Amino acid sequence: MRLHLFRSSLLAGAVASLAVSGAASGAAAAVSADAVFGTYADVALAGYEDSLKTARALREAVDALAAAPSPETLAAARKAWLAARVPYQQTEAYRFGNALVDDWEGKVNAWPLDEGLIDYVDASYGTESDENDYYVVNVIANPTLTVGGEAIDATEITPELLASLHEIGGVEANVATGYHAVEFLLWGQDLNGTGPGAGSRPHTDFDAANCTGGNCDRRVAYLKAAADLLIADLEEMVGAWGKDGEARKTVTEGGEEAGLATILTGLGSLSYGELAGERMKLGLLLNDPEEEHDCFSDNTHNSHYYDVVGIANVWRGAYARVDGSKVEGPSLAALVREKDEAAAAELDGKIEATLAAFAALKQRAETVEAYDQMIGEGNAEGNAVVQAAIDALVSQTRSIERVIAALDLSGIELEGSDSLDNPDAVFE
Amino acid sequence: MRALVPLAVIVVALALGEAWAQGGVGFRDDLSGEDRERVAEVVAPATRFDRPENFERRQGGAATSTRRVNANAFSHPSENLEFEGRQRFLVGNGLFRKDWVSSPSSTLASDGLGPLFNARSCQGCHIKDGRGHAPAGHDDNAVSMLVRLSVPPTPEQEARIADGWLAAAPDPVYGNQLQDMAVAGQPAEGRVRIDYEDVEIALSGGESVTLRKPAVSLLEPGYGPFHPELMTSARIAPPMIGLGLVEAIHDADILARHDPDDADGDGISGRAAWTRDHDGNRRIGRFGWKAVEPTVKQQSAHAFLGDMGLSTPLAPWHWGECTEAQAACRDLPHGAQAHLGPEEVPGDLLDLVAFYSQNLAVPARRKEDGAEVLAGKKAFYEAGCIACHAPKYVTSRAAAEPAHRFQLIWPYSDFLLHDMGEGLADHRGEGAADGNEWRTPPLWGIGLSRTVHREAGFLHDGRARTLLEAVLWHGGEAEAAKQRVVGMEPAERAALVRFLESL
Repeated sequence: MRLHLFRSSLLAGAVASLAVSGAASGAAAAVSADAVFGTYADVALAGYEDSLKTARALREAVDALAAAPSPETLAAARKAWLAARVPYQQTEAYRFGNALVDDWEGKVNAWPLDEGLIDYVDASYGTESDENDYYVVNVIANPTLTVGGEAIDATEITPELLASLHEIGGVEANVATGYHAVEFLLWGQDLNGTGPGAGSRPHTDFDAANCTGGNCDRRVAYLKAAADLLIADLEEMVGAWGKDGEARKTVTEGGEEAGLATILTGLGSLSYGELAGERMKLGLLLNDPEEEHDCFSDNTHNSHYYDVVGIANVWRGAYARVDGSKVEGPSLAALVREKDEAAAAELDGKIEATLAAFAALKQRAETVEAYDQMIGEGNAEGNAVVQAAIDALVSQTRSIERVIAALDLSGIELEGSDSLDNPDAVFE
Repeated sequence: MRALVPLAVIVVALALGEAWAQGGVGFRDDLSGEDRERVAEVVAPATRFDRPENFERRQGGAATSTRRVNANAFSHPSENLEFEGRQRFLVGNGLFRKDWVSSPSSTLASDGLGPLFNARSCQGCHIKDGRGHAPAGHDDNAVSMLVRLSVPPTPEQEARIADGWLAAAPDPVYGNQLQDMAVAGQPAEGRVRIDYEDVEIALSGGESVTLRKPAVSLLEPGYGPFHPELMTSARIAPPMIGLGLVEAIHDADILARHDPDDADGDGISGRAAWTRDHDGNRRIGRFGWKAVEPTVKQQSAHAFLGDMGLSTPLAPWHWGECTEAQAACRDLPHGAQAHLGPEEVPGDLLDLVAFYSQNLAVPARRKEDGAEVLAGKKAFYEAGCIACHAPKYVTSRAAAEPAHRFQLIWPYSDFLLHDMGEGLADHRGEGAADGNEWRTPPLWGIGLSRTVHREAGFLHDGRARTLLEAVLWHGGEAEAAKQRVVGMEPAERAALVRFLESL
């Protein structure tokens, strides 16, 4: 086995020297993995800082809405929420590999949501009786209730109360916090199915003087508490990627192989399993309007698009901040280019193609029909646009795998197996 | 010698007769004569321990995962899946990780949880696709452990159990298992508490091990007092790896070891757990701590129903485990949507979850060629562990999934029921198993249990904190083998554990 590896590295060396002799002699200085990890962490920090900044702006818009509920202040709050999603979605490329991010992520972005536990939902839902008492078991309408079989005192709606709901119902439970909880409160249910239109909660749902939907004061309290909790959670992540932060140290001090594996695992998993598979293919398979990620606001196209931008950011080592400035440094792409130029060029092209496919999807959502309509049953044209985006992600994943192979990261330890000719053989 | 041959023939004939009587096939009808010889040769137990056997590293055959060893070690797809299959696997993974929410909600395809449930997602119990654990303390929620319930069966129920139609007689109020969680507005069924008593075991060479003997109590009954004759059995979530390969083992290879009356006199009397599949066909139970489930899909459907309260085409009850006596619970809103199919989890979703579960790869062995591991393997063989923890099989060429066909696999199990003695008995029959019997669990991957989830427990209720503790709980048919481990020199015993850790 070792001999075999030795041979192939000789061969690779020969190819490399050919390439060098063919290229201009003054090649750029070697890209170090450490420098790549530094860029990776810097982009993460900037992304979470921007997420925090936009979340604070959202909180201010919520205050303005609470102080003077009107169609304008509600629209402004919704706009602030949409703006907050732009940097946050780009940080999703840091999931699936950074354990700290993975453990934390559910608090801010968990989906689906137990919205029936938060506020009223439309009684036309489902096939059961409209008279059913259990349609009104929610925190906003009930100062005390039982959740997960446990009695909850919800007299005061505070960030602590919402955080405690997060722990109820077991591992990975996230019932009532994060971006989607705020989204649900600002938009309300989207009752249009795969027809046009997002949720349409009236501003009077937040107006104690002319209250619709009942319990407007508690609804405002919930909205504020959920936004406060979101800010606190984002602060935690900014700290984790800061100078001496735990997440930064794990990547920059964990060794070259582990660091590269973390980065590429994140890119591959977000591309393939999470976005192409779980979020998009499943929705298309089911033609289910609610298998979209930002379902209340009809913002799913942006949520997907900025995921893809986030993947490109990590690969290219560059991030355009919300204030228009740029964070840049030695990139993973440059590192791979030195080891296997063809593999790097291939992934460059695939990421470009994926961005184009998602830009098309985004454009269609903004000009023709919303994402939830695109995945509707019998909508061949809409389905095809979504399928093309999925196909681009799948194809991109294959190139990520090629990069992983080029960096020799996929195998397990092969040491000490010289007692058999080929320990990896299988009986056939 | 001359007398032995007819005896062997009789044993084989008995096994064949049993198989035919039950509706199974008693011989490898998937193999040519030539294949049969090759298979017999390759599955013969090892006779030398100075080097690993051929193909041993890839203990799940070509489906084995050779990815790096970390907490994701149990979460990779069968390595020989085609690209298309890998995408199905990943969509299935999404469903496996998905948090289900209570109805009503806007997520029409993701609601329907409960009303009674043990966890919100598959992954909630099968942590990182690995083993669950017993509650850490009295305030800990059970989540990755559940408690099965039943009452003494009526004669009619007893007949249905014997014929494979029913696993056990449910508690008239609480059903087949205790759900310690419920949707908003509903009481949970109760709380599980486990108390432990330390038991000291002396080993040769002056060593000793402290075992913890569990006592299960159910507190805070939410729906009235528990049945006076209630029987309970605590179970942790088993690891998810290699299930499709187990499904692909030919019936004949399991029945070849079926020896209920110990005709071969080796002190081991394993029984095949005959049961019925969803279509009413007689099948060998292979999955679950008492082998009550014949297929991965059926196991998945029952987990959806019992553990999360979600209906599937195989178990179409939207109210999950709410019994008739829990009437309010049955009347709650559910998550079935006409346009998605008549169940909360439509058939195509169940298929995806089953496919995912069938294709979680067994990780490759580590250090299988190390001197201590090889010495431990020898000790494992010589102590008689392989009498039940049967090392190898070659899966059926007729297996449903191409990736699982004709693979040499090393699960270390006979998939039969064995009397494991009083120490492990739950005194609660289930399916073909009586209150002393358990199915031999596969051992592959067991050495990575704690790499995947640091709190992972061993044995059905997670009472064992180490592999050695698990070995020392063995009794009944395994008593003699256990005693050999107790009597081993410390170095040999340590090697045995190293071997298990290399699986």
